[in-house]
Parts: sequence; structure tokens; C-alpha cells
Amino acid sequence: MSATPASNAVPDLAAFSLRPEMPISAAANATAAADCCQSSTLEKPEYLGTRPRSRRKSLLVRIAVPAALLAGWWYGATTGRISSSVLASPGDVLRALVELQQGGELTEFLLASLSRAALGVSLGVGVGLLLGVTAGLTALGEELVDPTMQMLRAVPFLALVPLMISWFGIDERFKIVLIATASTFPMYAYAYLGVRGVDRKLLEAAQGFGLRGWRLVVTVILPGALPHLLMALRICMAISVVGLIAAEQVGTTKGIGYLVLLAKQYYRQDYMVLCIILYATLGLLYDGIIRVLERVLMPWRRPGAVR
Amino acid sequence: MMGAPSAIADAAWPRAVDPPGHAPGGLAVDIRGLSKAFGERTILAGVDLEIRRGEFVVLLGTSGTGKTTLLRILAGLESAEQGVVLVPKVRTTVYQEPRLVPSLRVAANVTIGQRRSEATRQAALKALAEVGLTGHARAWPATLSGGEAQRVALARALVREPELLLLDEPFAALDALTRLQMQDLVGELFVAHQPAVLLVTHDVDEAIRLAHRVLVLRGGRFAVDLRIEAPFPRDRNAPAFLEHRRRLLSELGVAAH
Repeated sequence: MSATPASNAVPDLAAFSLRPEMPISAAANATAAADCCQSSTLEKPEYLGTRPRSRRKSLLVRIAVPAALLAGWWYGATTGRISSSVLASPGDVLRALVELQQGGELTEFLLASLSRAALGVSLGVGVGLLLGVTAGLTALGEELVDPTMQMLRAVPFLALVPLMISWFGIDERFKIVLIATASTFPMYAYAYLGVRGVDRKLLEAAQGFGLRGWRLVVTVILPGALPHLLMALRICMAISVVGLIAAEQVGTTKGIGYLVLLAKQYYRQDYMVLCIILYATLGLLYDGIIRVLERVLMPWRRPGAVR
Repeated sequence: MMGAPSAIADAAWPRAVDPPGHAPGGLAVDIRGLSKAFGERTILAGVDLEIRRGEFVVLLGTSGTGKTTLLRILAGLESAEQGVVLVPKVRTTVYQEPRLVPSLRVAANVTIGQRRSEATRQAALKALAEVGLTGHARAWPATLSGGEAQRVALARALVREPELLLLDEPFAALDALTRLQMQDLVGELFVAHQPAVLLVTHDVDEAIRLAHRVLVLRGGRFAVDLRIEAPFPRDRNAPAFLEHRRRLLSELGVAAH
């Protein structure tokens, strides 16, 4: 229909629209609207889409809440509203940090913990991925693997500590196996979910073009499951910190779990808070790692690669 | 059983009975007594079908008449319940959706499932050139429009030089203009490669534009086996075209105006 509101372009319809008994048709509506708008004003359509946001503003908002928490802590400690027996002051924590850094313990502890976490998570992720893909791919695999995994998944891995100590001793082997066990299950669950969630139609087409076996897994299934796998990796990394605290309570004099033990034994409030801050920093680090992996491993999902 | 398909008069279309490059009179599809039911519902009731090498057959039918089921049985995606189904070794399918692997670039999608070599890479680039997408070899599928993605799917099907090309409503999801362009493209590619083609569609005009033979599936059997002997490209306003359209629409239960 013409965009001009003049009713003489469609005289017959304009005449119909005046008759109340006429059924409401789109054309009649449009004409009626055109009639009415000669008296009322036009307006710009309200934009309902998303507007581009400035990166600086976004970053500022992101930082705002943690910064406010920090400021509140600082303010409470300096004005004496938060007693140092409840929460160490930021100054104390900073001093503890400098003390540990100068003694070389901080770097040593972090390196020891990170290498344990890295080994344990790699091992657990490998096993979880293998089992999850097996269960996700075939009915036989699902029948073989899934019931056992669902049962074992319900066992809190911290309950396995005494058993693992009796099996593996209290040295490195026990620590790595504990973290590996903890990270096997999330990876299993997400790998299974991810493999199951791969587009059936895509699989059908790929198989039709002769892609079978491990080539199908590597070319279509794993890339399709990748968002789930990265989510699992996030969870495994977070769980590894829990595993570290439990594992580093015995058989070591290094690591951020050992630092917790020290804080507890000597009742060092500043160490306790420092540990919390270290964990938070690890969280940031892990998030960064995953973000980098997402960019590197899924170039087809990068902005610019998506229409 | 169908009788021997007749020759098409026009030079642009290979003769159905004796297409160059294939054994004369060879069959690309041989179906006898094919039955298929989903639960209580019989979809195919003892269907017989022969498709010659180099023959373009279009399968029409309203929704749920078993067109796609028949095609999927030929593609090995559904099992035949009863009857004999014979197909050539090299057969490829283009689906309604492009079904490109999002994590592979366009050229890698075209050669998916093939051995990686310089020869296959060259073949992929040639196939992409044929569908007019030379510049898109390194693009990600997510950056393509619907029509472009479907042309990649077509290149992927043709790069293997199939003896039987199965097209499952490949233009249904495209806009009307792109659909017409794609029909022309399929016509050109058919002349260049001469596979036997089974095209499943709802579109009567599309069927008359492209087919040597139009089949209408109704009640689990072929109600119509119409030979179209007009030269190509076919004039949509020719009396014969209109007559075919009227006939097919009435067979499909739609009044033609």
C-alpha cells in the first residue's frame, strides 16, 4: 500500500472503513490509521535493540562492586568498626603478603599448588573426557560407563581422602590423584552432555559424506561439544582449589593449602585473609585462561566470524 | 513398474535413456516393492521405482506423503521395511538445511570425509567456483547467507561426482528470488555433471522447470508419473507448462487458477 496518507489513492477502501459493520481487514485498518494520523502527530519508533556500550564504562561497572567491598573493608578497619580479631585489616594483609613475598614462600607456594592443580586437572579432565565421549557416543558406552559414573559422582571426593592416603601415601601422588578424581566427574558429565547435544542432522550429513569413527569425533563431535567442555574445565579448575586445601593439609610444607594450615595453627588472621585473596586471584586467573582458550579453540565463534 | 523413460528433445538436457558418459540404459535407482510404516501409519505401500543414469526425477507430494522418507531410505538414513532398494556406490545428499560443520571453513566443509591432498583441495576450489563462491573458500559457515550456505552444500555434494544426487527440498528455506537462482544453478550443474537426480519438493513450478519426470506420491504409491519433454530453459508461460501445472496441482488436491 502507498505510504501517503491521502485517502483518495484508495477511495473505495476509505469509504468501506467508515462503515462499522465491515469486517476488519489489514487494508481497512491501514486506511483508518492513515485517516486518524492526519490529526495526531507522528513519532520516531522506540528502538528496542541493544546499544553499543563503551568498553571503559563496562570495565568500570565490572570493577565497581569488588572495589566497593574493598573500600568498605578498608574503611571499617581504619575506623576500628571491624575489630582485627574478626577480620585482619588491609594493611596487615598487605604486610603479610610482602613478608611472604620477600621470604620467597609466596612464589614457591603458588608454583607448588599450581603444578599440582595442573597435573591433577589434566589427568582428571583426560579421563573424564574419554569416559564422557564414550558414554555420549554409543548406547553400549552409555550402558557400560554411565551407571557407575552416576554412583561415584554422588560420593564427595573429600570423603576419599583417608582411603587415598592409605593407598597412595601422603606425598605428591596422593595430592594429584585426589585433584584428578575431583575433576573427572564434572568433565564426564559435561562431555556426555556436549556429545549428546551435537546436532543430529549435522552428524547424519557428515556420516553420509563418509566421515566415520575417530575422524567424526575429532572433526564434528568434539568441536560441537567444545562450549560444554570449556564450561567443565572452568568447574574443574574451581574444584582443584578445594582439592588443594584438602590435599595440602598433610605431607607438604608448600602450597596455598599449607598456608591455610599455617594460618589455622598460628591463628594468623592476616594469613587467613591473604589466602582468601589468593583464591580470588586464582579465580580471575582461571577465568582469563578459559577466555583465552575460547578465543584460540573456537575461532569460528569469534566476533566477525558470525553473521 | 514404470515404463522406460522417454528421451528429452532438447540438446541442453542429456537424453535420459542414453546419457553420455554412462552405460546406456543403466539404472541409478532400482526399487521394487518398497514398504515402510511408522507405527500404524503406512507411508510407502509397495513402491516400485526405476531411475535411469543421468535422469532428473522430481518427487512431488503434500506434507507427510513419504517423499522425504523415500529419499532418506535411498540415502541409507532410514531402513526399508520390505522390498529391494538398489543404489549406486557414489551418492550424495543436499538437505533442506545446509548442514555445514560450523568449525570447518567452507573449503574443508566441501571436502569433508575425503582424504586430505592437493588434488581434493583443487577439486573443492573448482566446485566452489562452479557454485560461484570462489572467494569464500576460507570463510566460516556462520558468515554465509542462507543461499550461499546452500550453494556450499551443493558444491560438497557435487565434488564427489555422484552417480546419484539426492536433493531433499534444498530450496525450501530460501527466499523466492534465491530459490529461482538456485533452480537455474542446479539445472546448469546437472547438465555439467549428469548424475541421476531425485529432487523432493513441494513446489510444482520447480518440478516442471527441472524434471525429466515428475512423480506424485499419494497414499503410499505413485499416483502420477509425468514425462516432461520441453526444451530447457523452460518457458513458464508456455501452454504446455501451464497445462502440466494445472494437472499436477489438481493431482495434489489444489485448484489451479
